[in-house]
Amino acid sequence: MQTTITVNGQARALDIDPRTTLLDALREHLRLTGSKKGCDHGQCGACTVLVNGVRINSCLSLAVMHDGDQVTTIEGVGTPEALHPVQTAFLTQDAYQCGYCTPGQICSTLGLLRELEAGVPSQETPAGARPVLSDAEIRERMSGNICRCSAYPQIVAAIRDAAGSMA
Amino acid sequence: MRPFTYERATDAQSAVRAAVETPGARFIAGGTNLLDLMKLEIEQPQHLIDVGRLPMAGIESLADGGLRIGGAATNTAVASDPAVRARFPVLSEAIVAGGSPQLRNKASVAGNLMQRTRCAYFYDTAKPCNKRAPGSGCGALEGLNRNAAIFGASHACVATHPSDMAVALAALDARIETLTPSGESRSFTILDLHRLPGETPQIETHLIAGELITAVVLPPPPPGGQVYRKVRDRASYAGGLASVAVAGGQVALGMVAHKPWRAAEAEGALASGASPAEAIARELDGASTLGRNDFKVPLVARLVAAAIGEANGRGA
Repeated sequence: MQTTITVNGQARALDIDPRTTLLDALREHLRLTGSKKGCDHGQCGACTVLVNGVRINSCLSLAVMHDGDQVTTIEGVGTPEALHPVQTAFLTQDAYQCGYCTPGQICSTLGLLRELEAGVPSQETPAGARPVLSDAEIRERMSGNICRCSAYPQIVAAIRDAAGSMA
Repeated sequence: MRPFTYERATDAQSAVRAAVETPGARFIAGGTNLLDLMKLEIEQPQHLIDVGRLPMAGIESLADGGLRIGGAATNTAVASDPAVRARFPVLSEAIVAGGSPQLRNKASVAGNLMQRTRCAYFYDTAKPCNKRAPGSGCGALEGLNRNAAIFGASHACVATHPSDMAVALAALDARIETLTPSGESRSFTILDLHRLPGETPQIETHLIAGELITAVVLPPPPPGGQVYRKVRDRASYAGGLASVAVAGGQVALGMVAHKPWRAAEAEGALASGASPAEAIARELDGASTLGRNDFKVPLVARLVAAAIGEANGRGA
């Protein structure tokens, strides 16, 4: 099936089986292997990408559902020469060990920061209040991203750093 | 995944027509539950009709003080909507208690209502499950039934409905608007959307084949405080063991039945002056347990009494 998805700013035409998930389209057809397949069931968050600026699990979406969408993967976030502030913060805070979940953690962080900016509530947000960047909010909003190395304290610190440097 | 064909619907009328004309057709919007189940081949649609981009994602205030929420609105959009947060906080609280941000960003309101149970026997294709394979039996009856229903279950099925959002909608007396395959709109209370399992747990709703949920309509909020509380094994991103939505004197329970469970006995007792603890005890007189889920009775008793107290505090 013909599908065109703009990935990291570049229109990519695909002719794919409708069963292909967005994650598999990125990894196996477009050879963008930064987004990782952990559980393939939306439980681990390693496949998190931004679609039209919003974070989703790319394993729980079909590529054909994204015809015309703008997708950002970790490959579109920064480069080794010009890291994104969130990437720099993850390095500085040592917010990973094996690194497998890190592309998802970073894409999820970008989504989180936009959601906070837009006032999207979480279960940590007091009734009627605007959410603020507290550790409790960060932990709650990152609960869809599992880190088996358990670098959670450093991930929280990195997100605080990144938010500060981007402000 | 089994092979299927895919089309993106251009309008709701042609979507419902295609749904009845194409064998094995299913609607998809966010797909977060359906695709998960398709990977496990628990769901095996032959054709997907993508209704996710139909112009029915809006949230509009109604003249009577109510709200109409489009069926394709994302869970995040509803939880964040200023009118929802101001006037129907129980709905916003319920939504953010469910899933992860990534899932809520993708999942639709209609899809949330149509999601399937998380019963382990439904997911394990090596085990009997009357819901997945009618006539095969229920493995949960004598098995790992810790999260089984305590209200309205049958010997054929003790599964629970997993939605948080639907519990708040039940407490708020929401109405469901649909488009039938013949092109007519109809509307009914959310309490008439889902069925109890009876002998046919594979039939989960009263929708007719090809019928599409187009919107959820909230009447003006009842007077009094609102609160949603959920108990689960982790603090975040976990299915519930039990939940409660309180909106004034209206109380609905989650994860205790095959559908969002409106606690009519408790409401009646509250209206006649019973304490929250007495009221929920009246409701729980009708509960029945299977062994491993016995704990749900005292859990629900304490949870509901605390939530009603909290709602009363907020409403004061």
